[in-house]
Amino acid sequence: MVNLTIDGRQVSVPEGTSVLKAAQSIGIRIPTLCFHPDQSIKANCRICLCEVEGSQVLQAACASPVYENMVVNTRTPNVIESRKMILQLLLANHPQDCLNCIRNGNCELQELAAEYYVRDNPFEMKTRHMEKDFSTPALFRDPDKCILCRRCIEVCSVVQTVNAYGMQGRGASSIVVPSMGEKLLESTCIMCGQCIHACPVGAIAEREEIDKFMDAVSDPERIVVTQIAPAVRVAVAEEIGKRTGELPMDAFVSALRHCGFDYVLSTNYTADLTIMEEGSEILERISNNDRLPVITSCSPGWINFCETFYPDLLDHLSSCKSPQQMFGALVKTYWAKKMGIDPARIYSVSIMPCVAKKYEAARPEMNASGFRDVDLVLTTREVGRLFRLNRLDFSKIPASSLDSWMGNFTGAGVIFGVSGGVTEAALRTAYELATGELLEDVEFNAVRGMGNIREAEIDMKGTKINVAIGHSTKAARELMEQVRSGQSKYHFIEIMACPGGCIGGGGQPLTRSDQQRAERIQAVYLEDREAKLRKSHENPHIKTLYDEFLIAPLSEKSHELLHTHYTPRNNQYAVPGYSPQACQKKN
Amino acid sequence: MPGEMRIVLRNQGQVDPFKIEDYMARGGYQALKKARAMKRNDLISEVRESKLRGRGGAGFNCGQKWFFAASAENTEKYVVCNADEGEPGTYKDRIIIQHDPHSLIEGMLICAYAINGSKGYIYLRGEYSYLGQVLNHAIAQASDHGLLDGFDLTVRRGAGAYVCGEETALIESLEGKRGEPRYKPPFPPVQGLWGKPTIVNNVETLANIPVIVEKGAQWFSAIGAPNYPGTKLFTLTGDVNRKTFFEVPSNTTIRDLVFKYGEGIPGGKRLKAVQIGGNSGAFIPENLLDTQVDFDSMNKAGLTLGSGAVLVMDETRDILDVITRIEAFFEHESCGKCTPCREGTPRLVGLLEKIRKGDGSHFDLDLMQKLGRIMSRSSLCGLGMAAPVPLLTAIQHFPNAFEAKVSKKTSEEGSPW
Repeated sequence: MVNLTIDGRQVSVPEGTSVLKAAQSIGIRIPTLCFHPDQSIKANCRICLCEVEGSQVLQAACASPVYENMVVNTRTPNVIESRKMILQLLLANHPQDCLNCIRNGNCELQELAAEYYVRDNPFEMKTRHMEKDFSTPALFRDPDKCILCRRCIEVCSVVQTVNAYGMQGRGASSIVVPSMGEKLLESTCIMCGQCIHACPVGAIAEREEIDKFMDAVSDPERIVVTQIAPAVRVAVAEEIGKRTGELPMDAFVSALRHCGFDYVLSTNYTADLTIMEEGSEILERISNNDRLPVITSCSPGWINFCETFYPDLLDHLSSCKSPQQMFGALVKTYWAKKMGIDPARIYSVSIMPCVAKKYEAARPEMNASGFRDVDLVLTTREVGRLFRLNRLDFSKIPASSLDSWMGNFTGAGVIFGVSGGVTEAALRTAYELATGELLEDVEFNAVRGMGNIREAEIDMKGTKINVAIGHSTKAARELMEQVRSGQSKYHFIEIMACPGGCIGGGGQPLTRSDQQRAERIQAVYLEDREAKLRKSHENPHIKTLYDEFLIAPLSEKSHELLHTHYTPRNNQYAVPGYSPQACQKKN
Repeated sequence: MPGEMRIVLRNQGQVDPFKIEDYMARGGYQALKKARAMKRNDLISEVRESKLRGRGGAGFNCGQKWFFAASAENTEKYVVCNADEGEPGTYKDRIIIQHDPHSLIEGMLICAYAINGSKGYIYLRGEYSYLGQVLNHAIAQASDHGLLDGFDLTVRRGAGAYVCGEETALIESLEGKRGEPRYKPPFPPVQGLWGKPTIVNNVETLANIPVIVEKGAQWFSAIGAPNYPGTKLFTLTGDVNRKTFFEVPSNTTIRDLVFKYGEGIPGGKRLKAVQIGGNSGAFIPENLLDTQVDFDSMNKAGLTLGSGAVLVMDETRDILDVITRIEAFFEHESCGKCTPCREGTPRLVGLLEKIRKGDGSHFDLDLMQKLGRIMSRSSLCGLGMAAPVPLLTAIQHFPNAFEAKVSKKTSEEGSPW
């Protein structure tokens, strides 16, 4: 242990601890901007400067390791003056439109400007006036707001190995740019949106589409139907000031009705359906030794990644659409018919933890119903805004349950929201289908956890199945390299583009650390544990769906509505039918 | 030149840089032989006791630096020569390489032996492309003579960024990345190139090594100023009669640099200021001319020795004009990594231009000084820390040049409170 003094207080911390963490441990909060708990130290913003006795210059707390008898002062006038001027320098070329900014009220720079009582700026305002990037339907960039902390670059290159961002220019003309092109759409960007979580300011955000929802709601001809994705409920609580998982489904549903949704259904239902289709596909392909390993296709960021970086291995992907798109295809066919509603009137909105879903819904092939299957994707954050817009008082909101036919689900559908969940759900069903025996213990602990790559061997009464689970596209890359080299020993691989799976998706409440992801995972598993039915094939409405409409998994009807194909990208998303120009208007 | 003392330039004009035989005929590579017969620890102690301090500008004890790298065991280690001589007005390293490349290579080989380094790089300033030929030729000759002893030595050219003279930016550049400094610690002797212990020494530092090994620490430490012994190479530019280079003991005064070796100012004009150490050096007024040029004496006087460039300005020079150009240089050369330097350098230039045009106020002058002070203590690397130094010292020593240009108004003018 190393002993040091910070602001006159003694503290003992393990060797190698930074001054920043040592200070944190005794409740001294040093401000930061480029620092991120899950990332490497950058020390480039210089906001965390402190005085260290014996040093003529100020030291960045994030990058200074402690040493014995070190004396640190974090709040001297000298320090405060320096931090404030650094803030003023940043603010002097930062657009002064906080009131219009998507991060208003949730911005690290704004917070610091308030703490350091920045009232005026001695420096002349000079905004760089760079072009905003609306090239993708998933996220947008406003380079003027960028403070060059480089957190987006690190998450994209280190966590995701996508390398869509890089630095260009030098000195005051340094900017973060999508690499190999001027626009994100032309880069290798997979639209996972992890950079949104990394960004301390409003330089990167989702394409906000609340207005489209408002238009639909105000049109009396429209019937606005929504599906809620598995990872949304636990996290949306954070948007309304509650603890993770503390918003019950019936309050959530009720809140959505208050916002104007006519029918509230659930993506968990089609998650159960995915298990039926994908589970059958897996069993069929394993027994035919056909294009193994089978790889999941639920995560649109992962699909973009595979199409971009592994176009030669697209055959390995399950042909199943994601639960969102299965839902979209069914709601305007099966559900419309069952409800006696003209599908042309249905405005299908999905509530997703994801920004890549906005792109997935816009794919030209996603119109099996004869319409665009999913008309609008709102992220968890956008729904949070909708709730605030409606000034909902959650302490007094009446309970309301999900609507029928595509609203009920099992615990297996719920765990789709976490990394490993699809695998576990598939195993619950596949085991029973393959062995004909009842599965007593449904919790496959081997596939749970936060390890980037996890693997398990499942014994299905003599047939051994090797499965692997990867989350983050870095893990995906590792697993896919094995497949490409013929070294992959797995029958089945589950890949989620975002760390932790959908609970850590790019559309979730701004996520600052792995700790936050772990809490959401716990909340999801709790919901599964409390579910009466925990195996997808036990879902009675799934049985009805097959009886009345699809006939059987992998039937002709299933293929028509629930399965899809993939397109090699060669690093660009300019596919026919999707026009970036259409996305150019102000976000 | 009378009064000069040539250690680093011992062979200048005496050898053909393309002939290793010439170098060897003057005792070259004997020091290497001697060093390799010594125990590594003894060799490092010898260098440490010579009190040789880095000639690149930071003035760290060279032997001590080697000691840190030598302490690491069971790992690859690197020796890097910093020949990215980018300080405007400095060309001492060029002179050494151009005239006597083997003195540098011998110094590197001794260092490599001392720390048990396996690979070396000479990071050569991009504009010095023609010296690459000289160095590669010399390396090939040394190799032919069996002098490398398994040490792998490569010349790498910089791409023109001033900041790559900063040792960690240089390392990043060697690794093929953007030339941007790293935060420290860890320092390169502990974690440098590819994360391995790395010695980065300046050309002039390394050229001193063979002589120290040959003649001993005691001999060397008795030369010049006790805390910064040896000689220093200077390059003289500006309003001075002899624009040349010379090597003098480190206890020489600034006055002697200008008036003895430089033979004074042309046209009988008076001196206004001297700037030592290139663009990042302090502005020195007449009354500090008797300061000795050694590292510590300069520091004590609030000045810096830096690279050894000496820019002389006569009475007709406009301080504000010179300062604005210097700060524009830093704006151009800032790498953009840390906020104070990236955002601060253009602001300094903007304020200077405002004042130069006669639009500035006392408020601007104060702001400029405050910004300069803050940049000096909060930037990530030496570039941002040094960038305001010429400005701050110019305001300190030549306040009239600035005061005369600004109006009296302040930001809170008109308020009785």
